[in-house]
Amino acid sequence: MADGSIGLWTVPLAVLGGAIRVSTPFLFVSLGECITERSGRINLGLEGTLVMGAMSAYGISYLTGSPWLGVLAAGITGALLGALHAGICSLPRVNDVAVGIALMLFGTGLAFYLGKPLIEPTAPRLPAIDFGWWSDIPQLRAALRVNVLFLIGVVLAPILYWAFRTTRWGLLIRTAGESSDAARAMGHSVLLIRLRATMVGGFLAGIGGSFLSLFYPGSWNEGLSSGQGITAVALVIFARWDPLLCLWASLAFGGAAALGPALQSVGVTSGYHLFNAAPYILTLAIMIVTCSPKRTLTGAPAELSITR
Amino acid sequence: MIIGEPPPLVGAFGVDAIAMTMRFGDFLALDNVELKVRPGSFHALLGENGAGKSTLVKCIMGYYHATEGDILVGGREQAIANPKDAHALGLGMVYQHFTLVPAMTVAENLVLARDDVPAVVNWPKEMRELEAFLARMPFKVPLSAKVSDISAGERQKCEILKQLYLKRRFLILDEPTSVLTPAEADEVLGMLRDMVVKGELTILMITHKFREVMAFADEVTILRRGKLAGAGKVSELTPDAMARTMIGAEELTVQPPRTGEAGEARLELAKVRALDDAGAIAVHDVSLTVRAGEIVGIAGVSGNGQRQLVEVLAGQREAEGGEIRVAGDPYHASREEMRRHRMSLLPEEPLKNACVGGMSVADNIAFREFDRAPFASGGWWLNRSAFRDDATKKIGQYKIKTRTPDTPISALSGGNVQRAVLARELAGDVEVLIAANPCFGLDFAAVAQIHAEIMAARNRGAAVLLVSEDLDELLELSDRLVVMFHGEFVYEARTSEADLTEVGRHMAGH
Repeated sequence: MADGSIGLWTVPLAVLGGAIRVSTPFLFVSLGECITERSGRINLGLEGTLVMGAMSAYGISYLTGSPWLGVLAAGITGALLGALHAGICSLPRVNDVAVGIALMLFGTGLAFYLGKPLIEPTAPRLPAIDFGWWSDIPQLRAALRVNVLFLIGVVLAPILYWAFRTTRWGLLIRTAGESSDAARAMGHSVLLIRLRATMVGGFLAGIGGSFLSLFYPGSWNEGLSSGQGITAVALVIFARWDPLLCLWASLAFGGAAALGPALQSVGVTSGYHLFNAAPYILTLAIMIVTCSPKRTLTGAPAELSITR
Repeated sequence: MIIGEPPPLVGAFGVDAIAMTMRFGDFLALDNVELKVRPGSFHALLGENGAGKSTLVKCIMGYYHATEGDILVGGREQAIANPKDAHALGLGMVYQHFTLVPAMTVAENLVLARDDVPAVVNWPKEMRELEAFLARMPFKVPLSAKVSDISAGERQKCEILKQLYLKRRFLILDEPTSVLTPAEADEVLGMLRDMVVKGELTILMITHKFREVMAFADEVTILRRGKLAGAGKVSELTPDAMARTMIGAEELTVQPPRTGEAGEARLELAKVRALDDAGAIAVHDVSLTVRAGEIVGIAGVSGNGQRQLVEVLAGQREAEGGEIRVAGDPYHASREEMRRHRMSLLPEEPLKNACVGGMSVADNIAFREFDRAPFASGGWWLNRSAFRDDATKKIGQYKIKTRTPDTPISALSGGNVQRAVLARELAGDVEVLIAANPCFGLDFAAVAQIHAEIMAARNRGAAVLLVSEDLDELLELSDRLVVMFHGEFVYEARTSEADLTEVGRHMAGH
């Protein structure tokens, strides 16, 4: 082995690096979905938002030469898709889950259609910060090259945790999600609160998408997302609608996803596809352990269509 | 600490509603109604369900805009376009259903209710101010506790405190004591009464409990079918006179006298244990025997495990432990067992727990027997005309007010939904009857009819388990009374020998 110097340490290092890299889109989508769900609505369309975000970020970054403008464009695209979801759900007798599935298909389809000319060109990519400069082990340096969006996400999680408790908007979002009657009795428009929460959720999911096309894997193609958007929605459920737990859940998920490639890099190839399925096995295992037919989920916003 | 807009008036003020008429399409909900609440008085608003009480107060609070009529606040005419306008004038309403957010703390709920919630809440400062506010208030609530963790009585106090915290000085209370023990109700109303006497507050209370009207109200206004039926000083009225004014000439079903003695054991619970939705123990190893020809009443403030116990008996929830026997046989709430033992169920919220809202009245009435002759041949071919004939017969017999047997049951009023369930459950012979809050929110006529049916079932030899939050109902109907608190039976007595203060004390867990 060329990297014989650190031997099997390659695996945990690769998992760490992978956890940071792979978890970033999960983190943004799950934080966004966390905000939306706390307001009492589920947006399953975030998979479509993610792919649209990736496409628009890549396009704008290519056209303007600035990846950060690409990120902004992705956020705005996401917010618009969020507004579309919330707008449709504001109509009477509309089910948010069904609208979400429709928008998931709509978003991916639209992104593939508009993104056709973007498959060839190369757009400027997002920077990363080298936290491993002090080391001369290449694997460690690779693992510690941390992208800026991840850092923003890591800061955002505790900020959201704080905001849900101590800001006016946080309290209003929770009220709308826990008891729309109470919110209405106080004279607030539940639909407006949910519209804004869904738009912010879409904004963050769009940024999550920009990471896919502008950092890792770092190009635009139709196989870019392998269901991260929809997985992140599940992440929110077993993070119990807590932004800090969303961070840990995203990291665990990213680490599990990095397991297959990491093992392959040290020559364990026999169960490659099995190890690649690790995140989904993890999802199933956590679901089985934490769910019970006899009790409702703790922490679930009472107004969510799945808990009501 | 000034919160919200300062009310325009100092001290208690009165509200007058003059010549109020409210039309919903063809339906006349209020017909030229007048209500005068004097400043610094405790005013009771009486009336049956559907008499227009809620419509009237919603017009005052700006939820509805009256078709005709004026609202005078403190003697000045005011156009109240929405609840915010009403709040700005110092009017506040405490709803029958709680408007607190259960997953939040008491402090969060109070701060959130303000019109001027700061963008970033400075919790240490807010907590100091809330504690200073509470120190001036007659009742205390735990500020840092989650609302879902405090008792119904404390929640009701929170609702009232919230209005006072918001500087509202004209309070409308919509059946404020329906979830409280008699002692808690007296405490809360007594404290409000003190504030009224001091001239700090004016209260308009919607209620149907004459005891509370007699004990706490100065004046009363009585509505019947959208019209003003009477008004006056409470000191000059008797409960009977008020009841007659409320009901009008309508005849109530006469309850049959209690006859016969209790027979053999029919329904036996041995150490039954059940969990609530959050996985906590809600029913804690309770044991009870109900004998034939006997009504056993389970009293208790809501949320002490009664619902879970009834759900276990109805088959809606699995017991965690213990044994249930009906007529000596083990019972697991299967349809076959219920049929064999002639069990009937009147669960609370019948539209949700005993009916399919979108299906017709006839279908709902046939649920127990729909796959048997004469409703079905061979167990699968349904005979629609049999459904119709049976429903038509029962609609007449149980006085169910529905346009046709094919009307969806969700279109019926609460009393008529309960009558339809009654028709289904009590039509045949009944050996075991389980009823939970069967009269909640129903008018006099429906209550009288349901009480009469339950008593008649008992006299015919049924074992009746009656779970109710209405102590008066239990005292009237049951032979034996059990008090449930925190999932356990903490008190048992023959109803004739039960001591009301003792019962109340156990309901509150002392």
